[in-house]
Amino acid sequence: MPDRVHDASSPGWRSPTAEAPLVKALLIGTALLFLGVFLLAPLITVFVAALSKGAAVFVASLGDADTLAAIRLTLLVAAIAVPANLVFGVAAAWAIAKYEFRGKTLLTTLIDLPFSVSPVVAGLIYVILFGAHGYLGPWLNAHNIQIIFAVPGIVLATIFVTFPFVARELIPLMQKQGSQDEEAAISLGASGWQTFLRVTLPNIKWGLMYGVLLCNARAMGEFGAVSVVSGHIRGQTNTMPLQIEILYNDYQWVAAFAAASLLALLALVTLVVKSVLEWRFGDELASVHR
Amino acid sequence: MTALAQIREDRDHIRAGATAVAPAPEPRPGNPMNLTVDHVVKAFGKTAALHGVSLEIAGGELVALLGPSGSGKTTLLRVIAGLEMPNSGRVLFGDEDASAKTVQERNVGFVFQSYALFRHMTVFENIAFGLRVRPQRERLKESAIRERVFHLLELVQLSGLEGRYPGQLSGGQQQRVALARALAIEPSVLLLDEPFGALDAKVRKDLRRWLRKLHEEIHVTSVFVTHDQEEALEIADRVVVMNQGRIEQIGTPEDVYERPPSAFVHGFIGESIVIPLAVRDGAVFFGGRPVALEPQGIGDGPARLFVRPDEMAIVAPSRALFTGQIRQVHGLGPDRRIVVALSAVPETEIEIALPRGSVVGVGEIVGLTPHRYRIFAAPA
Repeated sequence: MPDRVHDASSPGWRSPTAEAPLVKALLIGTALLFLGVFLLAPLITVFVAALSKGAAVFVASLGDADTLAAIRLTLLVAAIAVPANLVFGVAAAWAIAKYEFRGKTLLTTLIDLPFSVSPVVAGLIYVILFGAHGYLGPWLNAHNIQIIFAVPGIVLATIFVTFPFVARELIPLMQKQGSQDEEAAISLGASGWQTFLRVTLPNIKWGLMYGVLLCNARAMGEFGAVSVVSGHIRGQTNTMPLQIEILYNDYQWVAAFAAASLLALLALVTLVVKSVLEWRFGDELASVHR
Repeated sequence: MTALAQIREDRDHIRAGATAVAPAPEPRPGNPMNLTVDHVVKAFGKTAALHGVSLEIAGGELVALLGPSGSGKTTLLRVIAGLEMPNSGRVLFGDEDASAKTVQERNVGFVFQSYALFRHMTVFENIAFGLRVRPQRERLKESAIRERVFHLLELVQLSGLEGRYPGQLSGGQQQRVALARALAIEPSVLLLDEPFGALDAKVRKDLRRWLRKLHEEIHVTSVFVTHDQEEALEIADRVVVMNQGRIEQIGTPEDVYERPPSAFVHGFIGESIVIPLAVRDGAVFFGGRPVALEPQGIGDGPARLFVRPDEMAIVAPSRALFTGQIRQVHGLGPDRRIVVALSAVPETEIEIALPRGSVVGVGEIVGLTPHRYRIFAAPA
């Protein structure tokens, strides 16, 4: 009976490569349980704790001058670090994917360094370089340039920590695409810049977008490296993660969780934006990745 | 008649033919460009890809670069395009030295093996790309761009598909979009890298006939790279046979098939029966015994006899130059073939075409005599 052979939905039918129903249920259950306990529950806790004394207290604690300053600083740092890493990341990915040169392997390894090195070490590197007792400290002091315990130090540390996101997203993509499209464009008379804008950029725009989103989330959330170079001056060099820690250590639970909920909200917005982009431009995405 | 005069005559013939069939729809500005490659050397690191290659291509010719992979044919095409810079030597477009020119300045149409269509652009925008990236003062008006693109779509028989994305087209259609895109800039030369390489056999065959017809219509100097001899012999005016970074022969398809100058060309183009021989004191020896073959100027030493499968006649063993035992009979009708192990050197098995109607069986002893053959010195 041919219908029975082809009807996958008929009871008792199972693809020869599919697992037994019990195994399937177990796998799905484990994954969901893990997600629930380790990811979803903490996220809910953050919002519950933030709103535990009511919305008025929540809003008031966010209106605190030091917290507002921390939000402003976080946005400023991200606004500098993300575009900088956008440019560096595209340049590095371009160099690695499209050219052959000496030291390419070294460069590829170095790009991953910020991921493998502890953020605290990253912060200390800048203290040793630019701090008052560091190598360049005396010279900087003589010229009245403040890097450590000031905004420039925080920006530098953030750029260091978030460097790999854009580059790592783009390198495999650009390597897979090769340089034939670019060769075709220049053979048709396009200049290097036209080729980049009209051919390369559209080819990598999705990877670039993901890279920037991840880079931005990390830039706003970075704690370790920034903590070392910031100096924790309230209202001046505290970013949001640092401010949250201070509030928490001062037993200001609601204020700490209110600020934390803002950061968590940012993470959720990042995810939503990513999903919306995928849903809205899914067809085009698929055709580009084909 | 010199080779060049022959080419000119061919070209004129094609031109006359083209106007008789259909008036040239794409008026070419002036005469098609001559192309000269002058002692081009190209190495990648320590690996030499081209050892001083020289080549002259007349305006309006369709030339095939034919060779096995690694023969340097694609490298030569890319050097002509300016996508690779030669280590030494020159490339001339007409009388002008293009060596110092960038890819953009050379105005070549390049069709890539994998088409390299811009995936995020429609067919229309792909074809219009070369027109849109021109500097402001040279750029055509939008209406003129539209006119040219629609004209090209008609030429490559893709009218109505201008709004599609490359991902929505078949391989053959993508190939034709790539061609239209390359033609849109009115290139001085059209360069095609394995243009049919990624297509299935049936589409390949249709498309190459179509390309030949198209070339007769638009008549732009064209060079295409292929490893498929059938393709090269069918559509090229002249074939350049390459091997290991050198040119082995330049000639018409008939030349390279009928008059190969080297064992490589004989073996690479068409089918060859190869039988080991020796030349001593101006006489040819096979299996230690002299045979009635002309040494064709080959000096003393080991040599090889090259015969086309259809040039080997089956005769009575007593009157034959070679004898052998039939090991296998296969094929049907006009394609029947036998595999024969030569009596003197049984490890040499040769395959020959069998005339229709001849009755043979496995194990039989047959006599073989070539009525046309070439002898080349065996490689050292």
